[in-house]
Amino acid sequence: MAKPKIAFFDFAGCEGDQLQVANLEEKLLDVLAHVDVVNFREVMTERSDDYDIAFVEGSITRPEDEKRIKDIRAKAKLLVALGACATIGGINCIKNFMEDAQCREAVYGDKARWYPTYAARPVRAVVPVDLEIHGCPIDRAEFLRMVKELLSGKAPWLPDYPVCMECKQAGNICNYERGRACLGIITRAGCKAACVTEGAVCWGCRGLAPGANLDAARYVMEDLGGFSRREAQDLLRLFLGFSSAPL
Amino acid sequence: MSETTAAKKIDVHYLTRVEGHGNIVVEIDPAGVVQTCRWEVPEAPRFFEAMILGKRFDVIHQITSRICGICSIGHQLASLQATEEALGIRISRQTTLLRKLAIHGENLQSHYLHVGYLALPDYLGVGSVIPLASTHKKELTTLIGLRRLSNEFSQAICGRTTHPQRLCPGGFHKVPTLDELKALRKRLNDSLKALDAVVDLVASVAGAIPDFTRETEYVGLVHPGEYPLLWGQVGTSQDQSRPASEYLNLTNEYLVPQSTAKWSRNQAKSYMVGALARFNLNHGLLHPGAKKAADKLGLKAPCHNPYFITVAQLVECVHSTEDSVRILDELIKTGVRPEAPAPVRLQAGKGVGAVEVPRGILFHSYEYDDQGRICHADCVIPTNQNHANIQYDMAAITPLIKDEPAESIELKLSMLVRAYDPCISCSTHCLDLADRGVVWRKVD
Repeated sequence: MAKPKIAFFDFAGCEGDQLQVANLEEKLLDVLAHVDVVNFREVMTERSDDYDIAFVEGSITRPEDEKRIKDIRAKAKLLVALGACATIGGINCIKNFMEDAQCREAVYGDKARWYPTYAARPVRAVVPVDLEIHGCPIDRAEFLRMVKELLSGKAPWLPDYPVCMECKQAGNICNYERGRACLGIITRAGCKAACVTEGAVCWGCRGLAPGANLDAARYVMEDLGGFSRREAQDLLRLFLGFSSAPL
Repeated sequence: MSETTAAKKIDVHYLTRVEGHGNIVVEIDPAGVVQTCRWEVPEAPRFFEAMILGKRFDVIHQITSRICGICSIGHQLASLQATEEALGIRISRQTTLLRKLAIHGENLQSHYLHVGYLALPDYLGVGSVIPLASTHKKELTTLIGLRRLSNEFSQAICGRTTHPQRLCPGGFHKVPTLDELKALRKRLNDSLKALDAVVDLVASVAGAIPDFTRETEYVGLVHPGEYPLLWGQVGTSQDQSRPASEYLNLTNEYLVPQSTAKWSRNQAKSYMVGALARFNLNHGLLHPGAKKAADKLGLKAPCHNPYFITVAQLVECVHSTEDSVRILDELIKTGVRPEAPAPVRLQAGKGVGAVEVPRGILFHSYEYDDQGRICHADCVIPTNQNHANIQYDMAAITPLIKDEPAESIELKLSMLVRAYDPCISCSTHCLDLADRGVVWRKVD
């Protein structure tokens, strides 16, 4: 059987997810034994438009991006969204809450009109997506596991419970006990509570866990935690701007 | 001699093996005159300076980290410096040492990626690092091992290699254990031998580095006592040094006639930041092993050949490894202990952070209101400061190589831009030149 041909593409994002793929180091060589990378601008010069699986990083933020992602979708048999900007819109969606003109003026002053942009969107808001690998950045081990599952014809598995589950397993003290607001209560697990374990809070970069109860989350943050509406909203708008969470 | 008379058009649409999207467009007419020669950047703008408006001081570095996956640690450090200066937060000696290690770790990560995976394939005549797995297995294994160590180094200090979570205003949420530091010290010290093998490998292909020089102004941090990455005055090769807070008088971002791109200039018509600029300014303060590596690689200050940026990065890898071992020795001697981040009292204020990240000097400048929320922000990214220099280099080298076959011109120009290791998604000010009809004509 011919090796599947894979390609990498990026839109508005920091390319940190493709970097995690490069950071697989020796393990990347093992992956390369099972696939043909035909398009990966960040690391190779050769390129081809004939591919089976497209990995897409970044959000869709301009009219010209929309055309390009539709073209990629038409060519790829499978389209995989890589990282928070592509899966949930992520950090790019912060600007969706600002007036477009204000946002452009703050960066480009009186030349703002030269920079077309519209509300940032995740890939699935524009074209159908077959698989989403979450995180900001993606977790290397999870990427490896999901790609293995994909290549062996298995349905890739994603946790459907919140980060709090893994955070307890990691033995962390709850951020709410330490007086800090944390989104582990509604965020999809799979990161082993990486940020909380390193001393920070959960920012919500893996998107909402299926069935996340937002009313209960607001109750925990505002009524139990004592955080103001604005503090809760700030946190919810950091990564979850495209979801129903940051009302 | 048909090569010299045929019209040539070079259109590298999306230069590969660089971070982000950039194009090279060159047109040479049948008379051999260079009609067009330009470096275009069509990256999607991302509006970070607007995105952090109104946000609180304790999340700013988490947002600005996302400007760039490769230099996320550097963005966090510059961001924290600006915030700490604005709010009057004093950090401990231990925090300073750990942050110095953090920037060394990131420089190693980024430089190994560029030297080994992105630039080296050109010198070995292949299109990517992938074929080297069969042709240069031993060398590639050495490079991968060094790069893995640099990632694990960043992980040990910052908690993660990309968008790390330990750094915060006033210090660190979590610090490495003494055992982790001892293990890291040993591995870094041992890696100097492998690094020597990489220096030998690059020295063996150094003859293929294009012979091209164009003197420009070199800008970077300077400090009397060390090869500075984390702090210092902002120095240049043609002007007096100044504190970081004066950065706007140096970067002088401006608009080119018929162009909308923000470029930078100080004394000369453009300036260079990055490893070669740092080497030219501070080579005397390199550690001995790094000086030896520079000799072996034929790098002598002042060096005006931009292709040598890659070589200077490798020299910096040796320096960062040696300096990290020195810092680790100090930390191991004094012991490392968990410290609560320095306390923060909210106040209105302004602050500027200046850090030497892998591609050059990075400025973050913030103004906070009395609630600790940002009311004005400006980030000046190394690659933006280099764009004008890249353009002038291209304009200078193209007439010299115009008689070569188109593929050779294309390769040399691609290698030139690649040498700058441009980090285009970083360039928050970058914009689309192609759609504005910006043309560089009659380059002389």
